[in-house]
Amino acid sequence: MKRELICISCPIGCHIQAEMTAAGEVEVSGNRCPRGKAYALNELTDPKRMVTSVVACASKELPFVPVRSSAPVSMALIGELLDTLRALEVAPPLASGSVVLSDFKGSGVNIITTRSVKE
Amino acid sequence: MKELNYDVVVIGAGAAGLATAEVTASAGRSTLVIDRDDFAGGVLMQCIHNGFGLHHFKEELTGPEYAERLESAARNAGAEFLLQTTVMDFNLADNENKELLALSPEYGVMRITAKAVMLAMGCRERNRGNIGIPGRRPAGIFTAGLAQRLINMSGLLPGKSAVIIGSGDIGLIMARRLTWSGIPVKAVVEIRPFPSGLTRNIVQCLNDFNIPLYLGHTVSKINGADRVESVEISPLVDGVPDSSRSFTIECDTVLLSAGLIPENELSKRGGVTINMTTGGPLVDAWRMTNIPGVFAGGNVLHVHDLADYASDEAALAGRHILDYLNGKRPGREFPVAAGGNLRYVTPNEYIPGEKTQFFMRSLIVEDDAELIVSLDGQEIMRKKLRFVKPPEMLSVEVPGELTARGGQLSFALNGGGR
Ligand SMILES: Cc1cc2nc3c(=O)[nH]c(=O)nc-3n(C[C@H](O)[C@H](O)[C@H](O)COP(=O)(O)OP(=O)(O)OC[C@H]3O[C@@H](n4cnc5c(N)ncnc54)[C@H](O)[C@@H]3O)c2cc1C
Ligand code: SF4
Repeated sequence: MKRELICISCPIGCHIQAEMTAAGEVEVSGNRCPRGKAYALNELTDPKRMVTSVVACASKELPFVPVRSSAPVSMALIGELLDTLRALEVAPPLASGSVVLSDFKGSGVNIITTRSVKE
Repeated sequence: MKELNYDVVVIGAGAAGLATAEVTASAGRSTLVIDRDDFAGGVLMQCIHNGFGLHHFKEELTGPEYAERLESAARNAGAEFLLQTTVMDFNLADNENKELLALSPEYGVMRITAKAVMLAMGCRERNRGNIGIPGRRPAGIFTAGLAQRLINMSGLLPGKSAVIIGSGDIGLIMARRLTWSGIPVKAVVEIRPFPSGLTRNIVQCLNDFNIPLYLGHTVSKINGADRVESVEISPLVDGVPDSSRSFTIECDTVLLSAGLIPENELSKRGGVTINMTTGGPLVDAWRMTNIPGVFAGGNVLHVHDLADYASDEAALAGRHILDYLNGKRPGREFPVAAGGNLRYVTPNEYIPGEKTQFFMRSLIVEDDAELIVSLDGQEIMRKKLRFVKPPEMLSVEVPGELTARGGQLSFALNGGGR
């Protein structure tokens, strides 16, 4: 199946048509440079995104603490990750960068706080 | 009444004010930062997504991470903070002692005097009144930034399904945030024929979730009595909504992402002259306003799309505050004008022979544009610019040797439009 993609590797933003062949190769057109092909390959095989959200925090300063993934997460896992974060509650004190969830589903990705909460 | 005295008072503890405070406190000048919020960081604290700091810290950070670094730097340099404190009024006329009246739950009314004042109050969002959408006044209509603050800081969800008006980056970021919070986004409606936000945000905040983007469309009506029930969307033909092709989308929430306005009510009370195009103060090469010793930077001066630029500009103002406190003055300055295809240029004056960083905004969308800089009508510099569009601020440095003879400096953008 052909997919329409917009490459975001540089500001030109080429519109790319990409398709996986039976041999597991990616066929692309519309890209102006090889980075477009690498981008399409990632998007078609295992697209990843940074995840940022908030986690409930038993604090009088801040009811929710912002968090992010330590690395981009497979899009296939993001829904489940967000559900897990919604059920989580953490308690202060927390320095910025504290791990609140480690190695999510064996992906090697940790979820860390992005703001410190003293009390 | 509590009385305080400082060399420098900074109003606003956002990306701009914190950067100024670090500079002036590091040089040993007593510096006070005032903010009406419960914490420092300004709007950065609600921008929990990543994409900050690539310029300023050479590292990709989220908004709160960026803010905490700036705040620690300012505190370590010796800057003092008064939070939950609102500056109500000021008397800026006296060159030596500018007087501010501030209010806080802890100290009540305070009188603060300073030798120099930095305006860093940021901006506020355009609301429904500013953009004039007809219909009733049901609950469920939020500015995108307010919804962002509710979800990211208070953990409150604004509704069950949403339509977003305006395709600026804040609106796009919120489309993803709402989707990830379990609130489906039915459409993003943009009046212009091109999106206002970055392509990266169109791809990762809309296309990832198959959220339709209606370009060249407008919300012609918001329906609902107590709560929003639906919106009517119409395509624009020659700038007029074509009601024969209108369609309705059900939703209980509408977010407005319709741009920002610099927050200058206070500046006006103090006699600071405002530039009608930017909504921010008119400033010279030092980022000093018409009142000696009063400086401005960040979103209060003109709307920045990158927090990094707001910090850089405010740090530059901080360095000139130090010059000012050391008794230096800018000397004779000459005017700067925005010419063809540019909405504005800031600063509005320059010092001949000194290298100056100018920020400007285009009126056109162009793949290959040329920026032409002239002195009294004679071209002195030309720079190729790729991917020019109104939502992205342009920045150009003009070397001092080109402007040594003085005269009116004007900027223009070449390109026929796409
Ligand atoms: C909703 C929103 C989302 C954004 N998202 C992004 C983004 O994703 N990426 C990006 O790079 N940039 C983004 N920006 C732009 C960027 O964050 C800003 O350019 C930058 O952070 C502005 O910093 P500032 O210090 O000028 O203003 P602000 O951060 O707004 O700080 C101004 C401060 O002044 C205080 N203040 C105002 N008046 C008074 C008074 N009278 N007394 C006391 N205190 C006062 C306010 O409480 C506030 O804390 C966004 C801006 C907004 C408004
Ligand atoms: S394909 Fe190459 S030129 Fe096109 S957007 Fe991607 S990186 Fe840029």
